[in-house]
Amino acid sequence: MAYQLSPENQERVQQISKRYPHARSGILPALHIVMAESGWVSKDACDHVAELLSVPKIYVYEALTFYTYFPQKPVGKYHVQVCHGISCNLRGSEDTIRYLKEKHGLKEGEVTEDGLFCLDRVECLGACGNAPMMQVNDDYFEDLTEEKIDELFDGWRKAAGNGHK
Amino acid sequence: MALEKHVFGGIDIPGNTDIKVYEEHGGYKNWKNVLQNKMQPEEVIEVVKASGLRGRGGAGFPTGLKWSFVPKGTDKPKFLLCNADESEPGTFKDREILEKDPHQLIEGMAIAAYAFGAQTAYVYLRGEFVKGWKMVEAAIAQAREAGYLGENIFGSGFNLEMYTHRGAGAYICGEETALIESLEGKRGMPRIKPPFPAVEGFYRNPTVVNNVETLAAVPKIIENGAEWYRQWGTEKSPGTKLWSVCGHVERPGVYEVPLGYPMKKFFEEDLGGCWKGRKLKAVIPGGSSVFTMTPDEFLACDMDYESIVEHGSMLGSGGMIIMDETTCMVEMAQVIATFYHHESCGQCTPCREGTGWVHKMITDIEAGQPQPGVKDLLFDVMDEMFGTTICPLSDSIVMPIKSMMEKFPEEFDYYIREGKSMITGKTRMAHKRIDDKPNVYRRGEPFNYPKAENFTTSFDTVAHETPEHEMPDLRYFRKVNG
Ligand SMILES: Cc1cc2nc3c(=O)[nH]c(=O)nc-3n(C[C@H](O)[C@H](O)[C@H](O)COP(=O)(O)O)c2cc1C
Ligand code: SF4
Ligand code: FES
Repeated sequence: MAYQLSPENQERVQQISKRYPHARSGILPALHIVMAESGWVSKDACDHVAELLSVPKIYVYEALTFYTYFPQKPVGKYHVQVCHGISCNLRGSEDTIRYLKEKHGLKEGEVTEDGLFCLDRVECLGACGNAPMMQVNDDYFEDLTEEKIDELFDGWRKAAGNGHK
Repeated sequence: MALEKHVFGGIDIPGNTDIKVYEEHGGYKNWKNVLQNKMQPEEVIEVVKASGLRGRGGAGFPTGLKWSFVPKGTDKPKFLLCNADESEPGTFKDREILEKDPHQLIEGMAIAAYAFGAQTAYVYLRGEFVKGWKMVEAAIAQAREAGYLGENIFGSGFNLEMYTHRGAGAYICGEETALIESLEGKRGMPRIKPPFPAVEGFYRNPTVVNNVETLAAVPKIIENGAEWYRQWGTEKSPGTKLWSVCGHVERPGVYEVPLGYPMKKFFEEDLGGCWKGRKLKAVIPGGSSVFTMTPDEFLACDMDYESIVEHGSMLGSGGMIIMDETTCMVEMAQVIATFYHHESCGQCTPCREGTGWVHKMITDIEAGQPQPGVKDLLFDVMDEMFGTTICPLSDSIVMPIKSMMEKFPEEFDYYIREGKSMITGKTRMAHKRIDDKPNVYRRGEPFNYPKAENFTTSFDTVAHETPEHEMPDLRYFRKVNG
């Protein structure tokens, strides 16, 4: 069946779009809601958003393909995005990325087999003072060290092992 | 003596995200006073003009003057947009305000909206700032509840609605016209100016775009007056500024510093110098888009717009990136090029192609596989990119990289000649090597980009023609407008 947001979220999209002079402005908020609900944005979801807002589908495709924040394929339960910007680079983000790959088996742009993690490099996340840092789903994790990373990943693996998979 | 926060002290007050705490510390008093004492909008603009407050988003344009450009006596709705897209590498000052003191921003936005007659305001936050977004959302709800926003505020007849809007990972949406496009639900591509947003902005209505820090400074200026604000800073750069300092520094973080403060003192006493007792090598003082400075230039300047320009760079957004003696400048240039190549919106050829070429050429140097004459070609391409595009993103890659190549030429020469870094001794991008032959670029005749005045079509009509089905429905806003 074609993609549908939950009825409450459909209502939210409608409400938010009224904050603007034109419903087209509601596209980004709607895509954020889709992403919060399903983790990524499919073409079906775009069609659904276009229908909800009564705008041409192409408007939604245009937006989706411009804004890199919306993944266009599934990203696993924990989407690990490490900043590789200049300030993070100065404080060792490349080592962080290497560590994530070697110790924790993450691969860039790929979901791990257990469906838990996906690693991506991203540009400056505006937290340069606490470099190196990463964003996992909605949260920032800053001043990363190897110990800190181990702790975080152990926690996530445990949570998943406890039937959260 | 440690630096004191005069304008942004609220950041350090625990619990200040709650309206009660904010009010206990005198919050919203100024907004209330403006309305209840019937301060005229012109008076507000005059005070801000007299204070000399300049835009803190990067360009440093006088804020009061910007507000006064909004046409009076038009029946179009007006809009205030707060630029909280903060994505310039090295800059993380706005985040402090969004996450720790959102009410001061909202109060500043309310006063600003009143000053030029906006009845709708949006805070455009970068999508990644989830926490900041939640804080601002909650703060707006509280302010509305308490009657500081909404209809007929304090019986003054003034209406103001405020909303948040989240971006989605595009640096270019920090450019004000790209931000407007993005807010209209489009791809964030900057517009050709003029017309300026103050005349034709959001859905072609008068619009002011201001940075978070700029707007958050307004309540204190209204409270204490222009003279108070001018006790700090210089004649041309009055007041204080938030600096975000990162990289190889002992005490990274966000500092409020009076403009004109000596850089040497700031670096050595307040920041504690380079980390691990190392030597300073280079600094980018204003977010990654400005010229790189050598230690001599850096330590000789004062922290204001004019002095930094005199010493060879720009104040920009105040995002200071410190690099110590272990830094390989070729690597830095490559990292910077990666960023701008990724973030170019792609509508101007010199920028779209140029960022790609610069990125590729420097990556090839770092792969130990540059083409012959790569240095000249890099300079050539960068010259063609400078000043030939719609927005300054194209210039923004040229300024840091060109200055690195000019100020640290031996490192680039060494890397090109030896195929490895002079500093680290490694070939960082060896895995990017294609085969054993050098890459060869096709090199065309120099191309003269036509100047705007030579075009026969008028941009005003072409670039801003809005299709019929897309014309905004202004009924709702007229209603709010009364
Ligand atoms: C490529 C580019 C990126 C920008 N990014 C930001 C940004 O993230 N935040 C910001 O406040 N201003 C940014 N600006 C500056 C804005 O265009 C604009 O000058 C500013 O928001 C105006 O506010 P102000 O007068 O308060 O500084 C950027 C400009 C350019 C050219
Ligand atoms: S200079 Fe670059 S980012 Fe700016 S409008 Fe042109 S292509 Fe887009
Ligand atoms: S460079 Fe990594 S957060 Fe800014």
